[in-house]
Amino acid sequence: MDGNEILKQLNEIFNEELDTDDIKLNNRTTANDVDGWDSLSHIQLVVAIEKRFKIRFTAKEIQSWNNIGELIDCINNKLPV
Amino acid sequence: MQTFSQLKKNLKKNFSNHKKIKVALLGDTATQFLQQALRGTGFEQGVDLQIWEADFNQIERQIFDPSSELFEFNPEVIIIFHSAHKLLGSYNKLKPSAQSSLADTQLSLVNNIVTSINSQLKAKIIYYNYSEIDDSVFGNYGNKIESSFLFQLRKLNCELMGFATKQSNFFLCDLSSIQNQYGKSSLFQTSIYINTEMVLTIDILPVVAKKTIDIIAAMSGNFKKCLILDLDNTMWGGIIGDDGLENIQLGSLGIGKAFTEFQYWIKKLKNRGIILAVCSKNAESIAKEPFEKHPDMILRLEDIAVFIANWENKADNIRQIQNILNIGFDSMVFLDDNPFERNMVRENIPDIIVPELPEDPAEYLEFLYPLNLFETISFSNEDAERTKQYQVEIERSVLQKNFTNEDDFLQSLNMSSVVEPFNKFNTPRVAQLSQRSNQFNLRTVRYTETEIEDTIIDKNIISFTFTLSDKFGDNGMICVIILKKENDITLFIDTWFMSCRVLKRGMENFVLNIIAAYAAANRYTFLKGEYIASAKNEMVKNHYFHLGFQQSADYWVLNIDKYEQKKCFIQTKK
Repeated sequence: MDGNEILKQLNEIFNEELDTDDIKLNNRTTANDVDGWDSLSHIQLVVAIEKRFKIRFTAKEIQSWNNIGELIDCINNKLPV
Repeated sequence: MQTFSQLKKNLKKNFSNHKKIKVALLGDTATQFLQQALRGTGFEQGVDLQIWEADFNQIERQIFDPSSELFEFNPEVIIIFHSAHKLLGSYNKLKPSAQSSLADTQLSLVNNIVTSINSQLKAKIIYYNYSEIDDSVFGNYGNKIESSFLFQLRKLNCELMGFATKQSNFFLCDLSSIQNQYGKSSLFQTSIYINTEMVLTIDILPVVAKKTIDIIAAMSGNFKKCLILDLDNTMWGGIIGDDGLENIQLGSLGIGKAFTEFQYWIKKLKNRGIILAVCSKNAESIAKEPFEKHPDMILRLEDIAVFIANWENKADNIRQIQNILNIGFDSMVFLDDNPFERNMVRENIPDIIVPELPEDPAEYLEFLYPLNLFETISFSNEDAERTKQYQVEIERSVLQKNFTNEDDFLQSLNMSSVVEPFNKFNTPRVAQLSQRSNQFNLRTVRYTETEIEDTIIDKNIISFTFTLSDKFGDNGMICVIILKKENDITLFIDTWFMSCRVLKRGMENFVLNIIAAYAAANRYTFLKGEYIASAKNEMVKNHYFHLGFQQSADYWVLNIDKYEQKKCFIQTKK
């Protein structure tokens, strides 16, 4: 799966979990750019991402990403090659 | 079951037709998601939970400070979530010599919490028991070591049950059984715990919320009273009309075992007060044959309150059962192996619960257990007698058909009633009736046992309970009146509810004669009544009008000085 495909799926997840349809993520998007992405909904997003990609993040990873690009790299590293 | 995301979407929906209930939520871990899941689940069950959530880890501060926000909020229900993880944290800090007292210490904390709440509020308390954590310090041997965490946690869960038997307003929500059902990895996710202090996973929240709301729904009178059963391939394997008595599958061999165990479960439900009815497409005599003659049948005809077997459609037959039992469709559960019949009943009777039974009868029980269909918040000896009472009621209605004159019929019943105030023997039943009565209930004020006990010592409250027996048997307590002194000349009828089993026997007249006589003997001039409409009490909308009360604004008033005894065929039994 390439970065663009992951981004597309993340976009779906964000809109679904935050109950909206106007989120457009890119690699530089941060939590400050997205309405409703706070520390609480972050957990909901993390769990939804884990489910969609059938991966598990470590406790540390969950707090480590500075933007969507870093999240995508993290997901990519966990997916089977 | 809905996902947490779906429940969250419910929060934006319109709750205006839902019953408002003030709920306080206190936890020693982060409870924001639980709060959202509870409110979202409440939407599904018709309740608008107005939740006040304490700040993180404030249980004791809120409860032991009489001027706290909790007491100011004045909730009807208080949900307390002490987590197993925090319990383990406390245990870890104990000196080895003190470890054996963990359960006792925690139980005494719970006791103090309940006492403190009860001293200020009339709230009902829901307390989660502890999900199990085995720290494996002793391995299996921990079961033999009193100071092990596993030993203390299990002891605490057990003693909480003992504590709950003595506290009428304290209810346990069984988190431990949820973990037992779904597994620890479904309940707890370390990465979330580390980052947020939440001890429940997103996926288990809907389950925990549902189990909690089940209790709250039961508190507001919403619970199941009747189980309607199909027969062929539901109660036994095979088709009695085709296969015959010898060939249906029941007993200890093969798939017969599944049906026998299923019947044992249903029998236990019956013994705890669930009314059983049969609704089967069969000739009646053939359908009854296994109940009468099959050696492996667990259920017998005397277990079934209403037995309907014919070739009519099942929705009509269930309407007939409803008519005989006089309870709401929303308090009925229908079990049938046939998807066609299930859909037909669902479509025609939207309120009835029709579980989507698995195709394999061997799975019936494991499928039904976690649905938790039969939540209750009370249990009394009368529950065990309920089936008998409904059967007698049916005999009575058969007799009635032989009389053309209603007075002659009532006369022939030889009815008598024991009239008593509340006392320590009848308070559990009074409280239970107060929760169960929906239709014949003028104001639908629900009382707990504790509140009923409080009225006994209140000089401004006069209480009456009524039993009714007749030549067919004893119905037990079926009616309750609570009068409040409003002033020197007026008694207000705070509560009047009656079991629908005894409708049309002149019980209303008898009750009014009794309370009017009390009012007259104590020099009151007026009895004042009120009807408060609920979703279910349309039946008594004109109750006071029919009894001769005059309307006065929102109330109904009866002048005692002009009262004439109402005709009635019930004798007072001393």
